[in-house]
Amino acid sequence: MSDTKMPLDLDPADLLPPAEPVQLLDDEGTLHEVDGYPLDLKDSDFRDLYRYMVLARRVDKQAINLQRQGQLGVYASLLGQEAAQIGGAYALDQQDWVFPSYREMGAALVRGVDPGKVLHLFRGTWLSDHDPHEHHFGLLSIPIGTQALHAAGFAMAAKLDGSDLVVMSYFGDGATSEGDPHEAMNFAAVYEAACVFFVQNNQYAISVPLSKQTKAPTIAHKAVGYGMPGYRCDGNDVLATYAVSRKAVDRARAGGGPSLIEAVTYRMEAHTTADDPTRYRTPAELEQWKRRDPIARFETFLESEGLLDDAFRAEIDEEAQAYAKRMREEIYDAPHGDPMELFEHVYADPPASYAEQRALLQRELDEHGTS
Amino acid sequence: MTRELTIKDALNEALRQAMEADDDVVLLGEDIAGGAGRDEAYPEAADAWGGPFGVTQGLLGQFGRDRVMDTPIAETGFVGASIGMAIAGMRPVPEIMYVDFIGTSFDQLLNHAAKLRYLYGGKVSVPMTVRTVTGAGFRAAGEHSQTLYSLYTHIPGLKVVAPATPYDAKGLLLAAIQDSDPVIFMEHKRLYMTTGHVPEEPYTIPLGTASIVRAGDDVTIIGVQKMVHTALEAATELEQQGISCEVIDPRSYSPLDTDTILTSIRRTGHLVVVDESHPRCSLATDISALAAEHAFHDLRGPVRMVTGTHSPVPFSPPLEDLYVPDVPRIVDAVRSTLDQGRKGAEAVAHGR
Repeated sequence: MSDTKMPLDLDPADLLPPAEPVQLLDDEGTLHEVDGYPLDLKDSDFRDLYRYMVLARRVDKQAINLQRQGQLGVYASLLGQEAAQIGGAYALDQQDWVFPSYREMGAALVRGVDPGKVLHLFRGTWLSDHDPHEHHFGLLSIPIGTQALHAAGFAMAAKLDGSDLVVMSYFGDGATSEGDPHEAMNFAAVYEAACVFFVQNNQYAISVPLSKQTKAPTIAHKAVGYGMPGYRCDGNDVLATYAVSRKAVDRARAGGGPSLIEAVTYRMEAHTTADDPTRYRTPAELEQWKRRDPIARFETFLESEGLLDDAFRAEIDEEAQAYAKRMREEIYDAPHGDPMELFEHVYADPPASYAEQRALLQRELDEHGTS
Repeated sequence: MTRELTIKDALNEALRQAMEADDDVVLLGEDIAGGAGRDEAYPEAADAWGGPFGVTQGLLGQFGRDRVMDTPIAETGFVGASIGMAIAGMRPVPEIMYVDFIGTSFDQLLNHAAKLRYLYGGKVSVPMTVRTVTGAGFRAAGEHSQTLYSLYTHIPGLKVVAPATPYDAKGLLLAAIQDSDPVIFMEHKRLYMTTGHVPEEPYTIPLGTASIVRAGDDVTIIGVQKMVHTALEAATELEQQGISCEVIDPRSYSPLDTDTILTSIRRTGHLVVVDESHPRCSLATDISALAAEHAFHDLRGPVRMVTGTHSPVPFSPPLEDLYVPDVPRIVDAVRSTLDQGRKGAEAVAHGR
């Protein structure tokens, strides 16, 4: 006779997200304690979180400017999502890995990745010039949600290896409609892999609103279907995104398996520099979210705690300018490289036929001149 | 003393030896362990199956559930997860039960496995070997009988291998697993029980080397996987008619050993390609184009392709038998290119 018990010793109610998103800092920047989400942060951590958010905004602005100046082919802005992605990445250890989507420049900064190196991907000069093994930060993945499976597989491998590292995969609300994140969450759950799926719900998949994407009560509710907890937090509150991620990451590291975090936020810019958001959303909506700016809110809190003075502001500002300058130096008119690079890195050892193609291309270049 | 094994057992031995040599080699797929999910309840059933063709049989018992994993039914899932494992430094060997199911994992193969080395500028490798099962003639209908060699051969960054003998099966699989790049390793379901000599010790065959399985002078026949055997039968029959055929098994479709193929065509002056796939954009057209571009002046007759039809593989047994190229069709194709070549030569001789 078949077993009619629930397969896992789990009460689905324990997996459900809270009725309201977890919020530690209210819209006015006042800190509230929330049961189950203790803050383990020191003053230096508060400052660091602020620093990363300001740097991310400056890096983002510089990238948009580089695109407008024709230096980048395209760029996907993170404006408004600084708290969501930085709070998540800040909960990780050095040994942990991140598999990001294309919008994660903020998470890249937390992992110590030089933003200029990553931007080569958007210039097309060389693909992504950062070393994933140095920073434990994967490629900004362009296809939607596919990196979630790489994160799940990486976490499965880490478990087989006896490692207690945690893998965080970022993707957006739109990606939750794709099959890959679904299969990734199912695999991570079945193999009890230490993987945290971090969804930045920024309300739109290009122009399509979340209401056209899913009929689930929230994205976090989907976790129940995989037998993992669904967490939901105010994505514009960096202390909430950090505290929720801390809980999910600690749980995964302790062998408790994967979980899904939904950070409710808003993309203040276009999807990428290639679209015009005024055609699909209202100024009133934008205005409403502008008042919920994650950096302004955190500033109010830091000021009330006496953690933000002019000297610190000036220090960060200087660092932000230095970052922007470095990006310009890295990207501005960066050469497009030798055409022979077309044949580099397709295979570890190029097949014999590549010699013929290489010679053909060289002959054409010799006859018709280089591009 | 020579030891005879079936292709199925040669592949099983290759997997076992690869796993013994390297702890990072893990197998995953649907039903490859066979009952692994129930082994607490039925220890005797845990290792019962080893997939529909039994290739992975017995490996669970030797290597345990951490290295022989029955996965949820999700090709995207286990191919994508394998890519993640490969980035982490492992050598996963996922099995797609039938190549026909590969469609659901295509994005992970096309846009990730094949491109990650390139996109990362050489800083990441995906040493993954996707084993899968090809071929018609199994009364398995159109969704379980395709070959699809050319879909993968088309994609830069993937390697594609398809053995036709037990010796090649073992040597190529061991080479594929050791390779730094993603390899699609195609096993023909009608060849699993084919027997042949297989040395016990591990050995590798370099990917991208063709095998001249029969030497001859009058015509070059390229056989694609199972069609190597059909071509050999045709060659035996043609020998009795005084026609000497050279039969070549490319073994690896990407990279393709064009030197061996072209050298033979230049010598014989005639080419017949036998491929059970659909004719358009296939290995048959690819190899024909290779001859047209690089051996045009050496050809003394038209290139002939003997292929399946451009229609799904039929479920009807008599129609399926018609679909798969057979000996008479190959014999006709060989005679036709030789006849045409002779007529052409006579026409030239008579100044017409």
